[in-house]
Amino acid sequence: MAMNYNAKDEVDGGPPCAPGGPAKTRRPDNTAFKQQRLPAWQPILTAGTVLPTFFIIGLIFIPIGIGIFVTSNNIREIEIDYTGTEPSSPCNKCLSPNVTPCICTINFTLEKSFEGNVFMYYGLSNFYQNHRRYVKSRDDSQLNGDSSALLNPSKECEPYRRNEDKPIAPCGAIANSMFNDTLELFLIGNGSYPTPITLKKKGIAWWTDKNVKFRNPPGGENLQERFKGTTKPVNWLKPVYMLDSDPDNNGFINEDFIVWMRTAALPTFRKLYRLIERKSDLHPTLPAGRYYLNITYNYPVHSFDGRKRMILSTISWMGGKNPFLGIAYIAIGSISFLLGVVLLVINHKYRNSSNTADITI
Amino acid sequence: MTEPRQWTRRCWQRLIGGAARDDGERSYDYSSLLACGGKVSQTPRPAGRHRVVVPHLWPFKDEYEKFPGAYVNNRIRTTKYTLLNFVPRNLFEQFHRVANLYFLFLVVLNWVPLVEAFQKEITMLPLVVVLTMIAIKDGLEDYRKYKIDKQINNLVTKVYSRKEKNYVDRCWKDVTVGDFIRLSCNEVIPADMVLLFSTDPDGICHIETSGLDGESNLKQRQVVRGYTEQDSEVDPEKFSSRIECESPNNDLNRFRGFLEHSNKERVGLSKENLLLRGCTIRNTEAVVGIVVYAGHETKAMLNNSGPRYKRSKLERRANTDVLWCVLLLVIMCLTGALGHGIWLSRYESTLIFYIPEPDGRILSPVLAGFYMFWTMIILLQVLIPISLYVSIEIVKLGQIYFIQNDVDFYNEKMNSTVQCRALNIAEDLGQIQYLFSDKTGTLTENKMVFRRCSVVGFDYCHEENAKRLESYQEAVSEDEDFTDTLGGSLGNMVKQRNHSCRTVHNGPMGRKPSTHVAGSSFTLGSGEGGSEMLHSRQAAFSSPMETDVVPDTRLLDKFSQITPQLFSPLDETTQHPALETLHIIDFFIALAICNTVVVSAPNQPRQKIRCPSLGGMPIKSLEDIKNLFQRWSVRRSSSPSLAGGKEPPSGAPVSFVSRLPLLNRMKLASPVEEEVSQSSGGSACYTDTEKQNRDESPMNGKGECPPAQSLASSLCYEAESPDEAALVYAARAYQCTLQSRTPEQVTVDLAALGPLTFQLLHILPFDSVRKRMSVVVRHPLSNQVVVYTKGADSVIMELLSAASPDGASLEKQQMTIRDKTQKHLDDYAKRGLRTLCIARKVMSDTEYAEWLRNHFLAETSIDNREELLLESAMRLENKLTLLGATGIEDRLQEGVPESIEALHKAGIKIWMLTGDKQETAVNIAYACKLLEPNDKLFVLNTQSQDACEMLMSTILQELQKKYRVSSEQPSLRVDLLRPPVPQDSGIRAGLVITGRTLEFALQESLQRQFLELTSWCQAVVCCRATPLQKSEVVKLVRSHLRVMTLAIGDGANDVSMIQVADIGIGVSGQEGMQAVMASDFAISQFRHLSKLLLVHGHWCYTRLSNMILYFFYKNVAYVNLLFWYQFFCGFSGTSMTDYWVLILFNLFFTSAPPVIYGVLEKDVSADTLLQLPELYKSGQKSEAYSPLTFWITLLDAFYQSLVCFFVPYFTYRGSDIDIFMFGNPLNTAALFIILLHLVIESKSLTWIHVLVIVGSILSYFVFTLAFGAMCVTCNPPSNPYWIMQEHMLDPVFYLVCVLTTCVALLPRFTYRVLQGSLFPSPILRAKYFDRLTPEERTEALKKWREAGKKNQLPSQCTDQSADKSGGRPLPGPSAVFAMKSATSCAIKQGDISVCETAFDPQCSESKASDMAGSSGS
Repeated sequence: MAMNYNAKDEVDGGPPCAPGGPAKTRRPDNTAFKQQRLPAWQPILTAGTVLPTFFIIGLIFIPIGIGIFVTSNNIREIEIDYTGTEPSSPCNKCLSPNVTPCICTINFTLEKSFEGNVFMYYGLSNFYQNHRRYVKSRDDSQLNGDSSALLNPSKECEPYRRNEDKPIAPCGAIANSMFNDTLELFLIGNGSYPTPITLKKKGIAWWTDKNVKFRNPPGGENLQERFKGTTKPVNWLKPVYMLDSDPDNNGFINEDFIVWMRTAALPTFRKLYRLIERKSDLHPTLPAGRYYLNITYNYPVHSFDGRKRMILSTISWMGGKNPFLGIAYIAIGSISFLLGVVLLVINHKYRNSSNTADITI
Repeated sequence: MTEPRQWTRRCWQRLIGGAARDDGERSYDYSSLLACGGKVSQTPRPAGRHRVVVPHLWPFKDEYEKFPGAYVNNRIRTTKYTLLNFVPRNLFEQFHRVANLYFLFLVVLNWVPLVEAFQKEITMLPLVVVLTMIAIKDGLEDYRKYKIDKQINNLVTKVYSRKEKNYVDRCWKDVTVGDFIRLSCNEVIPADMVLLFSTDPDGICHIETSGLDGESNLKQRQVVRGYTEQDSEVDPEKFSSRIECESPNNDLNRFRGFLEHSNKERVGLSKENLLLRGCTIRNTEAVVGIVVYAGHETKAMLNNSGPRYKRSKLERRANTDVLWCVLLLVIMCLTGALGHGIWLSRYESTLIFYIPEPDGRILSPVLAGFYMFWTMIILLQVLIPISLYVSIEIVKLGQIYFIQNDVDFYNEKMNSTVQCRALNIAEDLGQIQYLFSDKTGTLTENKMVFRRCSVVGFDYCHEENAKRLESYQEAVSEDEDFTDTLGGSLGNMVKQRNHSCRTVHNGPMGRKPSTHVAGSSFTLGSGEGGSEMLHSRQAAFSSPMETDVVPDTRLLDKFSQITPQLFSPLDETTQHPALETLHIIDFFIALAICNTVVVSAPNQPRQKIRCPSLGGMPIKSLEDIKNLFQRWSVRRSSSPSLAGGKEPPSGAPVSFVSRLPLLNRMKLASPVEEEVSQSSGGSACYTDTEKQNRDESPMNGKGECPPAQSLASSLCYEAESPDEAALVYAARAYQCTLQSRTPEQVTVDLAALGPLTFQLLHILPFDSVRKRMSVVVRHPLSNQVVVYTKGADSVIMELLSAASPDGASLEKQQMTIRDKTQKHLDDYAKRGLRTLCIARKVMSDTEYAEWLRNHFLAETSIDNREELLLESAMRLENKLTLLGATGIEDRLQEGVPESIEALHKAGIKIWMLTGDKQETAVNIAYACKLLEPNDKLFVLNTQSQDACEMLMSTILQELQKKYRVSSEQPSLRVDLLRPPVPQDSGIRAGLVITGRTLEFALQESLQRQFLELTSWCQAVVCCRATPLQKSEVVKLVRSHLRVMTLAIGDGANDVSMIQVADIGIGVSGQEGMQAVMASDFAISQFRHLSKLLLVHGHWCYTRLSNMILYFFYKNVAYVNLLFWYQFFCGFSGTSMTDYWVLILFNLFFTSAPPVIYGVLEKDVSADTLLQLPELYKSGQKSEAYSPLTFWITLLDAFYQSLVCFFVPYFTYRGSDIDIFMFGNPLNTAALFIILLHLVIESKSLTWIHVLVIVGSILSYFVFTLAFGAMCVTCNPPSNPYWIMQEHMLDPVFYLVCVLTTCVALLPRFTYRVLQGSLFPSPILRAKYFDRLTPEERTEALKKWREAGKKNQLPSQCTDQSADKSGGRPLPGPSAVFAMKSATSCAIKQGDISVCETAFDPQCSESKASDMAGSSGS
């Protein structure tokens, strides 16, 4: 108990001496911490001291920027808009909802051959996939194969939760609005026979998404059985278990579906559609030449002034083509270098008067 | 047994210091109180302010029953909460804060489905965390209080039990009003009780109130009149009186009531009869009292108002900026709402990505925009920093911790360090512009040293004493540290111990040979040899410097003429030379007895000495022998066995019983009775001796009284004020030793005459209205009733008898004495001495009886007793004969001039508010460098308001003229209350204003002029100011100039001023703890103030302001990321970050660094800050946190958020990036930007900073990685699964983060660099000093100061020239600003005029050293 009181003394400044014992001092400890004398790094930011920093930043950034810029420039990329709003466009006919299914073909030419793996994207503009309520309109548990969520989707999916008293699988607005154009690419070779380009469906989604996050509901052999009791999203033509014939790419783990479910951050976005794998080192994946794109036009975008694009792009270590980063690096590096020079001048002038500078008030 | 006692005292201190209770709470806790209130209003007592207390026993059983639960019992509860009501009550209290309500509103808002932005649970998180943290803090505090309460409640005391007919042990909590309690020595009083019995034969009980007010001297309490005579202990069974007294109130110094006996006879009760809860019984074997107030109704508890809550200027500023943030938030939300409406209206048809309402309907754009407004408020809520308030509180705690741990504030003598009593205004210390200081005890030591006296018109300047003090100081300065430590710690140690502990230390005596010059032989002769003298514990006001007075040789010569024969012819008028001698005797007798000093012997600490020692008494005359025999005979008659000195213990009760009953004072009018009473006094003395013997016998076996001389020199005097003690010690030096004091008599040992026992008829204590005190005694030699009065010279001089009845010549003589004394007084005051006048008056018995009758009436009245007593005192204290005057030096505290100089340099205007005379005050002001020798000094001392106004305007014109000439800024806006203050104009002016004139100046019409005038002056001295005026001055300056004020004081008279000022500082000095109790900070010495303000104030201010700015920056920068994103998501309120990360970002990842920054940031080292007080000015001007800096910070935040958003935006634009993939680099870059921003802003980085910053970054990554890895579906619909992992493998992520961070921080970094090189602030330049080696440093400091002077010099030159051109030479002492006839205004120069008296040519030598001593101390 006595110990208790002593401890309190320190806090509250009780009587300074314990009865009978030696005088207890209230003198604070003379430690560096308590006396606020901890050794400290005290940077003084002046032209002289930070001069190297600016030069170093400049010297590092400019090469990086150049590197990025070159890499980005080396990336081949072609965008083909097939929205069909222009009357001349082959897909203009598909704008009217009466024509179903509507197939249109767009010709284009690759000036230069595409080396290495080529990624095929579809791009949408003015599509606010990042709308707050749109983003929320999904049920991750359902997509993860939770059987109770399958039949009783989250409220977040409203109003795409139930249709005709049946739970929708996959529920929600995201799934409901899934991109459903079909794109096919043909190389118009030297001969009259167009060669279809092999488009790989698998490998476009993240591995973790396909294997962990998205799972088909458990149950019987048949995917259709597993989805029993559910109905397809309103806008879909086929139920979810009929997205693909390959059982590894069907149902919730259909990669097109998975890619769509990863909602885009900005209203203009592209999504990976297919992979065109390099066949051999000798031949370019997509040789220069004329191609045509065969589009099964299902997805309406004119209601929101949207655009639809097909993008073919090679890929580098830094992803797709993007000149911005390289230019920014070069610019900032140059600015930093310039500032360094300015500071050098300042420092030079300043040093001459430094003896008096720090004492004048 | 000492341990619990110690403990309780501690508890009390803690309780008094820390318990917070308010009225609402009381009614909450104590329903019985309500009943009490009802009861009181029912009883038709006058004004319902009285309470009746009847014993809790048989005769009043019925009556007692009538008050069922009327009065609270003694159980105390200072806790706010109980286990049951903690949660609701704490929540209730917390939601009193507007900020918390705002966040509660947000939480509720988020439950509205239409506007829901986040998940409901997540929005609650910040609020819950903040509330929980505060609740935990409150809970812990309360639990601590609860434990203390419990321990106090369970203390044991002895309460009379009717059942057992005896006093039985009972817990404190079970004590009720009406209980009889018996307490032994050293026990703590459990409740307020009326003292009914004391074992002390005179019915005295001593209490120590240190637990209550910190005053360590003993206070006397008296048994209720009428009970003193009872020879045995009061029998509760027979107690049949009832007590009627005031209702509980918190005035410690007031208790009014009466005790009504069964025969309807009433006896007045006063505070002298009241024992206060929390005090300790001392020096008294046992006491019995009846409880009148218990528990929370005791005065101690009612005084326990708890800690003070003040809002600092910085916090007020921050609150306005929070409001700006709210405005910003509203604007942003409106933008969002508008944007959403427009966005929505662009589309005619149903959108594929726009989700209709559940019922399928589409909201109109207007309605959707309206909803969106609220959604945005939820989304952007972080803009209003919820954690700001919590962080500020934590930072303040840390700052207080460091202030309290500063070893420089430690005072070894008192073993005390700085106390921070207000926890939330530390940063105000850095912004003080006006300082109001008390003089006595604050600037000075309040250790009174007797310096000079004037008796019958002759000045005795005590040259030897001056020399002694001088050499003392030298001697002390060498080994001060050592002896002070020793003495201080020993003194403290002993003080805290029980009576049985004795400490012997003769350190002071060791110095004696070297210090005593002329008077040494005398002093040594009088003592039994210096080395043998035992100096025991250091009683209050009794350091050797104060106690050893070397007598003046000339006065001693005159003293030696004193023979008993002088008194043989009782008509004093016959012999002229004898008159002077008689006056001298009277003078010293007055010094010795006209006070309330308690005498105690050091070897029996706190025991009264009342043994008129026989052995060593020098027998001088027949008179004495006769006297002696008389005593012997009395002694013998009462107890024959004393000679042996060994009284068998069983004999003691006999002697108690056989004691003659003391007569009531009322009846002591005739000499015959006086004889009796004197003999009874003798017997009292004897029996007491006997008692002591008995007490001591177990200890040393011999009970003989120590010889008189050694006894005299080792007596300890405990006085309520140090002046009194100083005078008593001075009298002792002249062999006029106060030997004992009881309520009935005072014994003075006069060397020439032997011990004289004065019958003490009455004491009129000192009060600030009368400014004097008087004792009425019966002179043992002349047998007359004599009134000795001591008081302020201005008061006494007015009360002197105009016409002496003794004849014209005498009258003339009196007049000359009076004039001479007045001259001496003026001289003393000029030397900075405190002056007191001593006067006396002889009364006839009939006169006295007449007065006494009236006085008694006044004493027994309850209602307007104060006024009546004052009138009664006026009737007594008139027609006085002046005896002389004394000059007491109050030495300046160590380091005061340096501190004041530093504070002046720091741009703080210092006002000295004192109750002292003008001359004394001015002198001290010069000594402590408040006024410089070449300052212009204006004196405002007028008798009328008009004159005051005229004078002020004249001075103002003069100053303005000078100012116009000296600087080219003539525009003086008189219409504004805040005149352009000529800060560095070179004119240094001081203003002295007297209390009377101050009253005029404080009038509404003159306030503005007065303030304008004072703003020109660096220093203002207000003398003769009353406590009320002090606080009014502070209030005036504070409210009209809108400046930060600080008041510092040590005494009760400073309390009001301390409470009014923005910061009140109490100096825990000699005058008790009232000032400390009222203060926000308590320091032990004035010089600590400079470090407190210049270093800690500066630090606290810059730290907190920078932290608050940083907080705003942080929140705005981060929230704006969300805002910019709205432009790309159709203003739909989407957040691109996972909600958890979003919330935790502010709550955890970036919350610790600012706190560390706020606690540990150190822009300039303490040494540099102390050496360059000018740096303080930045805080005064609020440079660190001005509206401009706030907006610049906000602008920077906007820029950084723009960069932080758009660099990733352009990088990822058009790519397949998804929302969280986009948000993650944004978030990560923001983290780095925010943390590195802090690094740029930090002026010093310790390992703690590094640890915290690295820890924050790590925790962020660990959290996002772990969350990304584990949360597959856990937090729908937001899902950051595997995002961070993907990014960690992506080089672009790193590139984006690096680029963003660099671009965002580049402007601020560049600005700081340019600032450091091109236009560094003084603080930045001062920072260089910390890097220099000591030699370089002193060199640089010198240069700095020179540069500073150079800047000031030109203006001073112009000032001088202006002076000359104006034909008014600056140093002219006779330069007068008009109206000398109406007023007494003079420009005084710094040189202290030396007006030596004609009698003391030697004194001039000592003058120089005198001055040096006072200024150098």
